[in-house]
Amino acid sequence: MAELKGAEHKLVIEGLRKAFGPLPVLDGVDFDVAPGEFVALVGPSGCGKSTLFDVVAGLEPPDAGRVLVDGADATGRVDPFAYMPQRDLLFPWRTVLDNTTLGLEVAGVPRKAARARAGELFEPFGLAGFEKARPGELSGGMRQRAALLRTVVQDRAVLLLDEPFGALDALTRIDMQLWLEGVRAGFGWTVLLITHDIREAVFLADRVLVLGPRPTSVRHETVVDLPRPRDVSMITQPRFAELEAEVLGQVGRGRAAGADSEH
Amino acid sequence: MTGALGRLRRLTPALVLVLVGLAVWQWYVTASAVRPQVLPSPLRVLTEGWAFRAQIWANALPTLQVTAVGFAVSLAVGWAIAVAVDFSPWLRRALTPLLVASQTLPIIAIAPLLIIWFGFGLAPKVVVIALVTFFPIAVGLIEGFGRTDRQATNLLRSMGASRWAQFRYVRLPGAMPSFFTALRIGITYAVTGAIFAEYVGASAGLGIFMNLQKNSFRTDLVLAAVLVTALISVSLYGLTFLVQRLVAPWSRRG
Ligand SMILES: Nc1ncnc2c1ncn2[C@@H]1O[C@H](COP(=O)(O)OP(=O)(O)O)[C@@H](O)[C@H]1O
Ligand SMILES: [Mg+2]
Repeated sequence: MAELKGAEHKLVIEGLRKAFGPLPVLDGVDFDVAPGEFVALVGPSGCGKSTLFDVVAGLEPPDAGRVLVDGADATGRVDPFAYMPQRDLLFPWRTVLDNTTLGLEVAGVPRKAARARAGELFEPFGLAGFEKARPGELSGGMRQRAALLRTVVQDRAVLLLDEPFGALDALTRIDMQLWLEGVRAGFGWTVLLITHDIREAVFLADRVLVLGPRPTSVRHETVVDLPRPRDVSMITQPRFAELEAEVLGQVGRGRAAGADSEH
Repeated sequence: MTGALGRLRRLTPALVLVLVGLAVWQWYVTASAVRPQVLPSPLRVLTEGWAFRAQIWANALPTLQVTAVGFAVSLAVGWAIAVAVDFSPWLRRALTPLLVASQTLPIIAIAPLLIIWFGFGLAPKVVVIALVTFFPIAVGLIEGFGRTDRQATNLLRSMGASRWAQFRYVRLPGAMPSFFTALRIGITYAVTGAIFAEYVGASAGLGIFMNLQKNSFRTDLVLAAVLVTALISVSLYGLTFLVQRLVAPWSRRG
């Protein structure tokens, strides 16, 4: 039956539970993601968003629940997911190009082929000319784009992006959001994005899932029925403001009501 | 070019201090007419040292050789222990107390025994140097490996990296800054360790040279040998920066 359910979904998360010792963090997380869909996750800080990614990405075993990819059980497996952690983690001992090929190298792709594959993406990622630079020479926005390039070039089924723009200043962040909205259309990625920026979630996503406080579960779902491609003018439209208010209200509800009230 | 100049400028205060100290020393020796067997003047140390340069050089070479061999052994042992400990929690628990215990050994008491066991050749000196220097190297490496960011480890795991690949791609390069710090500590101990080992018993070397000159009250030559020892230490210390620049240029600080 789960196989049937999984068939039309790229990713199905079923009843994930996780506790660290006495501390329950995930309290039965359920949702699914269609192929090519962009789903944003918002929730109070410390509620367990990064933990959810660690479990989905196969880095932490769940106490209960399953992860299905293309209908097949992928619980504990790392290979369907490309994971972009909260910090960019570009390594100073590698050039920018060699940082972006790391995942391919680990997977055994010959260095030359790996460099060719990652190199092709430098232009669309706004990094052309910086192949041989060291990470320290890049601006904050470029570092995040390099980290994202390293993530997507692995060609995994689902991208897991944990607050990719969280550390950037407001203007750079908006640039990055516009750029990501522009570039993602051409690639057909299936994306899960954690963010604490509700405007970012509404602007980028097809759907926004609101997580409750720890121990967390999905409290609310907002379908973002805004046309694509989206540009800056979208932000000033009434429908955008409505959706933003809806998500904000749900995040606030979770916080004000404490840990009870399941919907 | 500007880097070298800047470094010279930063050394200026130290040089000034040394020159002032030497001037005071020279003045005191001249003014008080203290016997050179007790305290030779710095100028005398230099001129006598220069006069005996052939003999000092002939003794410096074995010391350098012992230092190099001893430190190479120490590096090999330090790396082997650190890598083993990094891969095996069991070995970590087994070796950590032994590592610490090895540092409580009174080398002064053990060195003569080493000579009884190994004779006057290279072996006892190599053991002394290794005992004195492998600890900072092993500990520096172990801490360097251990300092690896958990998120970096998770990133590598998400890429499907084996423990060995994690070591190769992240833990090893990430440990380079602490390794070079440990290397600098180790190399300065190594020269002192070599001198000490020779002092206890050797057929040639700066340590035995100092011991002989002390016994014939040539304080000036003892100090000349001390000066040469210091020069060797400082040069080897400087060499570590060169090696770091070649091996891991990204790890330089500041
Ligand atoms: N490996 C771990 N061991 C113990 N506690 C953890 C671990 N990882 C996360 N936690 C705890 O789980 C909770 C949720 O953390 P996290 O998932 O990082 O939250 P978020 O990403 O939503 O801010 C926090 O209280 C954190 O301290
Ligand atoms: Mg987090």
